[in-house]
Amino acid sequence: MAQLEGGGGDDHKKGPGVKKAKKLSTRVDMTPMVDLGFLLITFFIFTTTMSSPKALNLNMPKDTKKEEELNKAKESGALTIMLGKDNAVYYYEGQLAPDGSNFKSANFGSGEGSIRTEIINRRNSVIKNHVHDDNCPKIWAENKGDKNSCLDRDLVVVIKPDQDATYKNTVDILDEMTINNVKRYALIDITPQEYQVIQATEAGSKK
Amino acid sequence: MPSVKIPKKSTFVDMTPFVDVAFLILTFFIMATKFKPPEPVEINTPNSVSTQELPESNAVMVTIDKLGKVYFTVLSEKDQSIYKSVIDDINTSRNLGLTPAEKANYAKTYLVGVSFTQLKQLLDAPEALQAKQPGIPVDTTGGELTYWVQSAKSAFAGQRLQFLIKGDNTSKYPVFKDVITALKKNDVYKYNLITAPEDAPSGTELYKERHKAG
Repeated sequence: MAQLEGGGGDDHKKGPGVKKAKKLSTRVDMTPMVDLGFLLITFFIFTTTMSSPKALNLNMPKDTKKEEELNKAKESGALTIMLGKDNAVYYYEGQLAPDGSNFKSANFGSGEGSIRTEIINRRNSVIKNHVHDDNCPKIWAENKGDKNSCLDRDLVVVIKPDQDATYKNTVDILDEMTINNVKRYALIDITPQEYQVIQATEAGSKK
Repeated sequence: MPSVKIPKKSTFVDMTPFVDVAFLILTFFIMATKFKPPEPVEINTPNSVSTQELPESNAVMVTIDKLGKVYFTVLSEKDQSIYKSVIDDINTSRNLGLTPAEKANYAKTYLVGVSFTQLKQLLDAPEALQAKQPGIPVDTTGGELTYWVQSAKSAFAGQRLQFLIKGDNTSKYPVFKDVITALKKNDVYKYNLITAPEDAPSGTELYKERHKAG
């Protein structure tokens, strides 16, 4: 530790009879200062918030009853994701079959059977099946002539959280849209028919 | 007689560099720390990959806590008169009969989470009642939150105004939907959801995009 050093040790160099002058050391005891310094460091480490919150944009459409203003989703490119109780995710492609045969469940995460894999697969298949048509040049113009920009034009993800879904799941799935570069998605209320299927699935999985 | 002098090694260690580094770290933390106002309601926000900064001012924040209670906050640090026009507007439009002292107290309340009938009581003692507010009533038609948003919109008229929604992880979706409904009724269609930052998962489109640019 840094300490005050006494003037001892070099007396013998001086000749006999020479009065020892009290030599004041210039060394200052730094211990209390160091103590205080570390105390403050500890305090600031604990109080600091390194990551400031960020804003996730969400745009909702205006409620409209006019048929011509509504965006139509192509059945081939539509993916409907439903959020249920206890972080459950369900999805179906295109229209929901009356017998619920294309209704599948997934999980949050990134591995096999996760909703992310499903979104990526869906996006890839939409891109593969894309054929350039008259509507494409408009999208190219918006993206500085990038001819790849309209490949995923037909991909529309419809997000339907049900009554039991949490806010976290809703944000997670919106985030998933950003992560997988899905440009067109919508947050819509669940239909009673879909809710029934979810309820049936949830009841079935408990047994 | 010459004696062999054994050099005496000092046990004294020079602490100066150590102290230098310590104070450098201290300086860094002092600079990096940003004190947040103590929040009366604890909210654990979800994570997202979004990198957009939050506005500090000119914003309206709707908070949803874990019990689904809804709170309303006007963020306007620069212009204190906004608070006054919001509460004046609420007072006249809802006929609450607030006294000037109660109106002045509004600026001190960080969050408002009471119905209009209880607002007078809250503004009489803003500090004491801050933590245990019952929440602003919302329902599928928007509820009382609609009027708060309306007043805030008119107070910020002609200025840029952003709408923040700060929801707790465990709050349920229907409450969020009711809040959206209340905002939609005021022709507000763009929202900023407050989230904690997180990295883009590796291997995804976004990850490739960001690492290509960076």
